[in-house]
Amino acid sequence: MKQVFPLIALAFFATVPLWLQDQYYLHTLVVAGIFMLAAMSLNLLLGYTGQLSLGHVAFFGIGAYVSALTSLGFSLSIFGVQITHEPWPPFIGLILGALAAGLCGYLIGKLAFRVRGAYFVIVTISFAEVVRLVSLNWVELTNGPLALPGIPPLTLGFDWTGYVTLWGKAQNYYLVLVFIALAYVLIKRLVQSPYGRAMIALRENETLAVSVGISVTKYLVLAAIFSGALAGLAGGLYAHYIQIIDPMIFMFLNTVTMVIMVITGGKGTLAGPIVGGLIFGLAPVVLRNYVGPEVQWILYGVLMILIVFVLPEGIVPAIERWFNRKAKPGRKDGSAAGGKAADRETGQGGSTLALASSGKVNS
Amino acid sequence: MNAQTQTSAPILAVEHVAVHFGGLVAISDMSFEVHEGELVSLIGPNGAGKTTAFNVITGFQRPTKGHVSFQGTSLDGLKPHEVTGLGLVRTFQRTSVFEKITVFENVLIGLHRRTAPSLLGTFLGLPGERRAEAELREQAWEILRLVGIEHEADELGGSLPYGDQRLLGVALALAADPRALLLDEPVSGMNASETGRFIDLLNRLRAKGTTILLVEHDMPMVMKISDRIVVLNYGRIIANGTPSEIQNDPEVIAAYLGGGVKNA
Ligand SMILES: Nc1ncnc2c1ncn2[C@@H]1O[C@H](COP(=O)(O)OP(=O)(O)O)[C@@H](O)[C@H]1O
Ligand SMILES: [Mg+2]
Repeated sequence: MKQVFPLIALAFFATVPLWLQDQYYLHTLVVAGIFMLAAMSLNLLLGYTGQLSLGHVAFFGIGAYVSALTSLGFSLSIFGVQITHEPWPPFIGLILGALAAGLCGYLIGKLAFRVRGAYFVIVTISFAEVVRLVSLNWVELTNGPLALPGIPPLTLGFDWTGYVTLWGKAQNYYLVLVFIALAYVLIKRLVQSPYGRAMIALRENETLAVSVGISVTKYLVLAAIFSGALAGLAGGLYAHYIQIIDPMIFMFLNTVTMVIMVITGGKGTLAGPIVGGLIFGLAPVVLRNYVGPEVQWILYGVLMILIVFVLPEGIVPAIERWFNRKAKPGRKDGSAAGGKAADRETGQGGSTLALASSGKVNS
Repeated sequence: MNAQTQTSAPILAVEHVAVHFGGLVAISDMSFEVHEGELVSLIGPNGAGKTTAFNVITGFQRPTKGHVSFQGTSLDGLKPHEVTGLGLVRTFQRTSVFEKITVFENVLIGLHRRTAPSLLGTFLGLPGERRAEAELREQAWEILRLVGIEHEADELGGSLPYGDQRLLGVALALAADPRALLLDEPVSGMNASETGRFIDLLNRLRAKGTTILLVEHDMPMVMKISDRIVVLNYGRIIANGTPSEIQNDPEVIAAYLGGGVKNA
């Protein structure tokens, strides 16, 4: 059941453009899918390593700007040296955007994971703010608040296959769907491998994890690299789909959206950000018929608090537990008594934010 | 046994280690050695500095003074995971398991040191990685059977009875493939039959050549299984010798309030 469910979901979503004629709904699904990818990347950090990145939109925005500028070309002078970049194909931009964001993940990880928890949260927020200010003020490169218009849509293909340019909504829908499926498979393989186990071990009990030989820096930085790269890829997809980006892309609200998607769906689960992404990606469509945009955000907050209140671990773990109980009655639940004994004994830990360090909340 | 091992180079050497917490002197000047294959017990009243000594040896606590070396390699400045990487693995005094993860997954995590996955292979789901994963699972079963908690493989770590959580803690350390194992009060909270089975486990580990440094309050057990005993009091070593030497040491007897050790 658990194995086939993702395939059923994929098959279902593959049929959507066949029967959904309304282009606005399709557009909403594409954007929701892009944010879903970003939420999946955030989940790698927040869900699997327990580190809360509140500047995740920085990776998204960097991916978007790098990809856009690679495919638009630019010309600027640094210290009197003229640098001109001729436009490259958009999909190369997409790759470079992901690489650039992954590199930023590496740097942020190296910098912040020395002291984790609250410090990591602060570093990521500051990082996002710095990047936003750069995008706003480096007008020669980014056009500043005037935005970068005319970003070309992605073109796929080779000389020997012919090319197809993704102008339409349905085409972009399928592109995003493929990326989500790919990301799902890759993340699944990663988190179920010794790499993922090391990340989960660090989240659950860092002192104990370290005592069996797991390097904190190695695995947290690794998670930050992949998380950054995937968020950057999502940003690139966004840029080429929307075809115009401005510094507003870095707004804090976008990070909050990703965090909400992960937490309500279920952090540390494969399907969590997808379920959360669907709910909060589609909520605007449902709500806009009834209320204005300001009220929408309040309703989001209420919706999130409701979900977290009723299902503290998120939707997916609750459903999984329900299935498990049906399959295996009388199963004992874990007790959280004792906390992290190893921490107290060695005087380690301590500086972690409750939200960032607690992994799964106990029900 | 003892006389013969003393001649070889020590596997673990603690030299003039001192640990100060602000004004508190947890360890004043500690030196002792453990030889390959030996079982040495570190005993002393509560607060004597035994756990602090473990923390220093395994890199969790920087000593104020002194050095520790393992197999001739200095451990100065090494991080805990690097110390474990050399084959020096510890357990914790307070029960420490991954509580919200199954017992089997706990041990898989413990096996980390025995894995060498490639990122590319992992992402591509290559058969080599799958084979390695299957082997890892087999090793996990072996360790669970060794400590005798294989029937609880699917339970969550935190839901085990107390004694079995202690065993799981040891299983985690064993999974990390120790050449030397540091056990901090492993049988505290175990009943007599559990303790008996634990002693059997220690004997099996010794038969495999694992060096053991044991902190334990259970004096009958300590006297029975130790090659040598190091006695710590107020952060200072007051005796170092065979169980019979220790039992007759006046200073030790005084530290244990007149005869606790002897009566044991
Ligand atoms: N992280 C710490 N900070 C301050 N004091 C500590 C710390 N760890 C241990 N101590 C103190 O050091 C002394 C030795 O403690 P410990 O090594 O735990 O003793 P034992 O394990 O022998 O019972 C005690 O007085 C204890 O209170
Ligand atoms: Mg102690």
